[in-house]
Amino acid sequence: MTRAARKILFLISALLLACVFWLGYSQMQPAGFVSGEYGDRVNQLVVPQRHITDAVTAVNFDIRGFDTLGEEFILFTSVMGVVLLMRWRKEPLRGDHEDKAEDRRVPPPSDAVRVTSVLLVPATVLFGVYMVTHGQLTPGGGFQGGVILATAPLLLYLAGTFGQFHQVAPLRMVAFAEAVGAATYIFIGGACLALGGTFLQNLLPLGQVGSLTSGGIVPLIDLGVGLEVSGGIVLALLAFLEELVEEKEE
Amino acid sequence: MNFLPYLVSAWLFLIGLYGVVTSRNLVHLCICVGVIQSSSYVLLLAIGYRIGCPAPIFIDIKPGTPAVDPVVQALILTDIVVEVTVMALLLALAVQIHKRNGTLDPNLLHAMKG
Amino acid sequence: MTPLQIFILLFVAAGGTGVVLTRDPASQAIVVSFYGFLLSILFFVFQAPDVALSQIVVGAVALPLMILLALARVKKQQREHDKSR
Repeated sequence: MTRAARKILFLISALLLACVFWLGYSQMQPAGFVSGEYGDRVNQLVVPQRHITDAVTAVNFDIRGFDTLGEEFILFTSVMGVVLLMRWRKEPLRGDHEDKAEDRRVPPPSDAVRVTSVLLVPATVLFGVYMVTHGQLTPGGGFQGGVILATAPLLLYLAGTFGQFHQVAPLRMVAFAEAVGAATYIFIGGACLALGGTFLQNLLPLGQVGSLTSGGIVPLIDLGVGLEVSGGIVLALLAFLEELVEEKEE
Repeated sequence: MNFLPYLVSAWLFLIGLYGVVTSRNLVHLCICVGVIQSSSYVLLLAIGYRIGCPAPIFIDIKPGTPAVDPVVQALILTDIVVEVTVMALLLALAVQIHKRNGTLDPNLLHAMKG
Repeated sequence: MTPLQIFILLFVAAGGTGVVLTRDPASQAIVVSFYGFLLSILFFVFQAPDVALSQIVVGAVALPLMILLALARVKKQQREHDKSR
C-alpha cells in the first residue's frame, strides 16, 4: 500500500473516530460539573477516618492500595524487560572508562558542569527523601520521590565518567534495592493478613493528623515504593548505558 | 467553553495516531504513543475537575471543604510513572530491531531479511 | 473555566501537534521535554499538584533521557553495521 493511500485511509477512519468522540462527549456533562459521588465521599472521610491529609496518596496507598500494587509491578516487569533486551557485560567494569566514539572527540566535562552537579547531588537526594517520607502530608509520595532520587546518580554520570557512576550505583546493589522495595509492599500486605485483617488493611495505629507517622501503613508503603521506583529507573539507565562504554586503552 | 478539555483530548489522540500511522522512524513512533497516552491524562483530569474548588490536600484548608476529585488524580499519577518505563521498554525493542535489521524505518523493515 | 485554563489547553494542543510534526528524533527529545513542562503547568492549573510533580520529573527529565540514550545506541550500532558491510 502506498504512503498516500495509507494517509487517505487514515483520514477517513480518523473522521469516523472523531464522530464517535463527538457523540460520546455530547452525552457527558461539561467539564467542571461532572458529579462523582465516590470522590466527594473520599474527601469528606479521608481526614477523620484515616488521619491522612493528602487525599491522593490516601487513595493510592490506602483506600485503593491493591491497584497500586498492580501498577508497581507493571513498572517492575517493564524494567525487567529492558534489562533482558539489552546485552549485559559478563564481568563488571573496573577502573576508569570513557565513552569512546570513533569520529567524535568527546570533551571531558567542564569545571562548571562538575561543580554544579556535585552541589546539586545532596540537594536532590534530600529533596527526594523529603518527598518520599512526607507523602501522606503534602503533595508527594513514593512514585514522585523515587523518580527524583533516581536522578541523583545521573547527575554524577554527567559530571564524571561511567566508571564513577558504576561505582556509586553498582548493578547488584541497584537490583537488590529494587527487589527489596517491590517485596516490601507484598510483605506489608501479608503481615496485615497474618495479623488477622484483610490483605493491605490499615492495621497499624493511625497516629495524629499532620505528623510524620500518621496514616498507619502508608509511610511504610511509601518507603518501599520509593526504593523500588528509584532502583528501577537507575537499572533501566544502566542497561542503556552499558553498551555505550568501551574500555579505555591502557 | 466547558467542553474544551474534551476537544483537546480528542485532538491529541487523533494527532498522535496520525504520527504513529505516518511515521518514518521507530523512535518517533514511540514518542507519538506517548502523546496518545497524554490525551487520556487530559480527559481524566477534566472529568475530575470541579469549578472553584481547591486541590484535595487538607493540610492548610479545613477538612471537609469541597475539593477536586482525588480518585482520578491517583489514577493519573501512577500512570505517568509507569509510562516512562513502558516507553523505555518500547525504545529497547526499537534498538534491538535496529540491531537485527540495520534500519529504523518501519516501511523498510519487512524487506530486509536474513 | 478561567482564561488561564483555556490558554493552557490550547497551548497543550499546539504542543502535542509540534511533538508529532517534528520528524527528527533528536530534536523531538527537546520538544517532548517542553511538552512535558506544558502538561505539568496544565495539571497545576487544574488543581492537581501531585500529578504535576510526577509529570515534571518524568516528562521533562526521565523521558528525554531515555530517548537520547536509545538514539546514541542506535547511532553506535549504525556505525558498526556500516563498518561490517
